[in-house]
Amino acid sequence: MSPEIVAGPMVPEQFTLAAKRRDTADTWTLELQAPSGERSRFAPGQFAMLSAFGSGEVPISISGDPGDGRLAHTVRAVGPATRAICAVEPGQMLQVRGPFGRPWPLEDLAGADVLVLAGGIGLPPLRPAILALLADRARYGRLTLLYGSRSPEQLLYPQELEQWSARGLEVELTVDSAGPEWVGHVGVVPRLVRRAELDPEGTVALLCGPEVMMRFAVAALAQRGIGAERVYASMERNMQCGIGLCGHCQLGPTLICRDGPVYRWSELERWLAIREL
Amino acid sequence: MQTLDELIAHSPVFAGLPAAHLELIAGCGINERFEAGSYLFREGHAADRFYLIREGSIALEVDIPGHGRRVLETLGQGEVVGWSWLFAPYRWQFDGRAAHATHVIAFDGACLRGKCDSDHELGYELMRRFAASMVERLQATRLQLLDVYGGAHVA
Repeated sequence: MSPEIVAGPMVPEQFTLAAKRRDTADTWTLELQAPSGERSRFAPGQFAMLSAFGSGEVPISISGDPGDGRLAHTVRAVGPATRAICAVEPGQMLQVRGPFGRPWPLEDLAGADVLVLAGGIGLPPLRPAILALLADRARYGRLTLLYGSRSPEQLLYPQELEQWSARGLEVELTVDSAGPEWVGHVGVVPRLVRRAELDPEGTVALLCGPEVMMRFAVAALAQRGIGAERVYASMERNMQCGIGLCGHCQLGPTLICRDGPVYRWSELERWLAIREL
Repeated sequence: MQTLDELIAHSPVFAGLPAAHLELIAGCGINERFEAGSYLFREGHAADRFYLIREGSIALEVDIPGHGRRVLETLGQGEVVGWSWLFAPYRWQFDGRAAHATHVIAFDGACLRGKCDSDHELGYELMRRFAASMVERLQATRLQLLDVYGGAHVA
């Protein structure tokens, strides 16, 4: 059987780990090189299925810059599969399937103010979108990032946050708990939504973080006049095949790996209200 | 230059109050400035005031023996700091520190309680507004207690 016959979205490719950066105590950013050496093509918001040899496969959002074509993932080591992925060293191989899924609707945001809300490891799926927005800065109105984390030490990409700020992204950081040396906000992201200067009529929100945080954030956005039809969220369920065949990531009538992971909140809220789903 | 009642009329907590009530409230307030790092109040001390932040931010802190000071919450422009003036024994429950150079309107709690006692319409309206602020902060605190970033989140 020739390789051409077996190749397809269910067959992983061997990527080389080109670079590895430790972001926090348990989170690494991995830069991957395609076997062909070609640039990777992906859209902000898409994900790939990653695995280290001999361990399970997991869906990980792409955190790389779509402008430079280098595939990067920011991975938090929380289970056997992600710990094995994070243990891979530069020069070694990772198996990759993808990219998969519906991206952030950046084409539809031209002229709008964009409010980006991220919680914890929810920032990496938004990083490609932020970089794309900043690469075409004049095309958009006010750009704001409200980013929350457990503690100052767990904030991702601290140097980049400063660079993004210098390039025209208003950045507000908040943490759940901090010592007195921290001069940023302490509190949850929805509190920042209540305080943010924004024009509700002209604002679209992009949202990613733990689901409960997103629910509270959406409620805060609604109070500020930004309805669910102008909120996009990146969702997470038990994605396995990545191409809408296995059904593990079903939410109501939708398969998150195929129809998402990015949804307009108004598409989802009915299904999120059903706890059994 | 704006008068105090004009200033507080634009704050979320007092917005929409009738002019007579704004004047009564403003009569108990004065402008104050705090340098970054200075304390507005300390746990256990008499809570004879509350503050409306005009500019800057205030960190609510608690000292944990063996662990030092921890910031529980920060409050910013347009927000009210202090509920302890409302309820006996009128003692602050936490420390309040200016996280940045901060400009506030400080209200005399006893002065305002007296006005609320003699004008129940004002009292009801103020309690309603403070209750809304408390509920919002309670809900945020509940979310904070969930420690939502502590567990696994695939991304």
